[in-house]
Amino acid sequence: MPADPPLIALPLVLPLLTAGILLCLRHAHENLRHGVNIASCAGLLAVAVMIVARVSDAGVLALHSGSWPAPIGITLAADHLTAAMVLITAVTGLAVAVYAAAAGTGKFRGYFTPLYQALLMGVNGSFLTADLFNLYVWFEVMLMSSFVLVALPGGRAQLEAAVKYLTLNFIASAFFLVGLGVLYGITGTLNMADLSVKLVAEQQNDLVLSTAVLFLVAFGIKAGVFPFYFWLPSSYHVTPTPVAAIFAGLLTKVGVYACVRVFTLVYSAHQDFLAMILLPIGVLTMITGVFGAASQFYIPRILSFHIISQIGYMIVGLGFFTRGALAATVFYIVHHILVKTNLFLIGGIIGRRTGTQALAKTGGLYAKAPWLAVLFLIPAMSLGGIPPLSGFFAKFALVREGLLLGQWAVIAAALAVGLLTLYSMIKIWNEAFWKNPPAGDRLPDRKVPAMMLAPAVALAACTVAFGLFPGVFMDFSLRAADQLMDPSSYIEAVLDANPPDSP
Amino acid sequence: MENLLPIAIGILFGCGCYLCMRRNIVRVLLGIMLFSQAANLLIFTAAGLSTGKAPIIPGDALTLSGAHADPLPQALVLTAIVIGFAVLAFAIALVLRAYHKTGSDDLDTFRKSDQ
Repeated sequence: MPADPPLIALPLVLPLLTAGILLCLRHAHENLRHGVNIASCAGLLAVAVMIVARVSDAGVLALHSGSWPAPIGITLAADHLTAAMVLITAVTGLAVAVYAAAAGTGKFRGYFTPLYQALLMGVNGSFLTADLFNLYVWFEVMLMSSFVLVALPGGRAQLEAAVKYLTLNFIASAFFLVGLGVLYGITGTLNMADLSVKLVAEQQNDLVLSTAVLFLVAFGIKAGVFPFYFWLPSSYHVTPTPVAAIFAGLLTKVGVYACVRVFTLVYSAHQDFLAMILLPIGVLTMITGVFGAASQFYIPRILSFHIISQIGYMIVGLGFFTRGALAATVFYIVHHILVKTNLFLIGGIIGRRTGTQALAKTGGLYAKAPWLAVLFLIPAMSLGGIPPLSGFFAKFALVREGLLLGQWAVIAAALAVGLLTLYSMIKIWNEAFWKNPPAGDRLPDRKVPAMMLAPAVALAACTVAFGLFPGVFMDFSLRAADQLMDPSSYIEAVLDANPPDSP
Repeated sequence: MENLLPIAIGILFGCGCYLCMRRNIVRVLLGIMLFSQAANLLIFTAAGLSTGKAPIIPGDALTLSGAHADPLPQALVLTAIVIGFAVLAFAIALVLRAYHKTGSDDLDTFRKSDQ
């Protein structure tokens, strides 16, 4: 396959070039900047579709950068999971880029679009790399752009949020580095496929388990799992809607992806130990997140806490370590990125229309804007797991697997949390759409440009498509799970595929 | 050296941890700085130390023979230092802005984003 490898470098090269161009265009007209931003995201979507098509045929794609053979050089690789993540990143990236163009990003003084592209590059890099140290570098690319996106509007709340966000993520990076260093000391390699092979011989080595825990803490802070999530609900909701939407969709899921990739591939021989930690963490993440959401009355904060509780489901799926459960996790991640990004966008539309996202001050939107109510209901019911939407099938696959394994406590928690999620969504519905507007308070009723609605409608359509044709997506998830359960094809592709001619 | 460096790393982590738990934002900044330096030193040490064995291939040979130092951890540490430096530079600027905006360096007063 010598023709296709450059394809999987495009999700990195395209945003990088666009970010450079957009930096030069900083003083150009806003429409031009957003136009370039949207065009680049559309290009990314085309590339991602091509990658998914290639991966469906070829199994795993690998690219040895600089033609250095695998354990020496840095390898990019794409299996089914990576392809799905790159595609969903491109979809949400395009949707939020369109929304941002319509909503305006004046507070960022022209820096929004280059930072946005850099963020997408970091996210794609984290998905595509097959090297642990390289993963650290892409994390930092992604985090650096996100730090600036949080802090740049420069209000008091944003600066405080950025301080909290930065401090915890900086500590996570230090943990990641320590894990890397020890693992390199044990095995002498950082290529994930190579590590996977070498760690099979180290099953009795307790030091390997401690590196696994270090990675769990590092990825856990980024994913927002139970004892490490405190930065999330105090930073996402202060950012403008486009930033919050892309963060909510992608950033925590990069942490989850890193968990899935590293714990199935590198630590394939240590899964009993990991399951012992991942399951309780996953359950506690679900429960604390959903209780946090139940006590909030500001739409972005409710949604932020729900990110945490949904992350719990993904971690539980990973903790089961079976084919069906991993497929459910992949399905869940993709479904959740779509739905959560969309809910943040719709929250932003509510905010634009009524001037506030505080539930106490809104009301009566159902009478004024029934279409917005329907638009909200689709992702909200999907998040709560109502059939026939995507969330139902994601939860169904996970619960079914839990029942087969006899994990009654975990399943009971998952179902209870599903109900409480529904409660939170109905709370937003009641307060914002159903109840009468607060008396004596004349709410503004501003027009919402169609360009702001279009991405929300498109994402809702994706959610419906997921619900109507779950078989197609579940098949893809199962094939991703096959590759995760048996990493030999990934290892083969990374270590052996098209060895470069010796110089 | 391999016996002394772990002690130094431990002290750095300990100090970093202590400083991170203070309320004063500048101390927290110093704490995370020590944290990242300790992590860098740990990568350097965990990969094994050796003296006077430069990994340079002699002019008349094609491959490296005999004992030599592993150059990769040094490249890793260098990368990590550069990234850490950039993040820290941003963090210092951010903390300064936050201090001007809130008029306080006490993290307990940073509650606006939790309301």
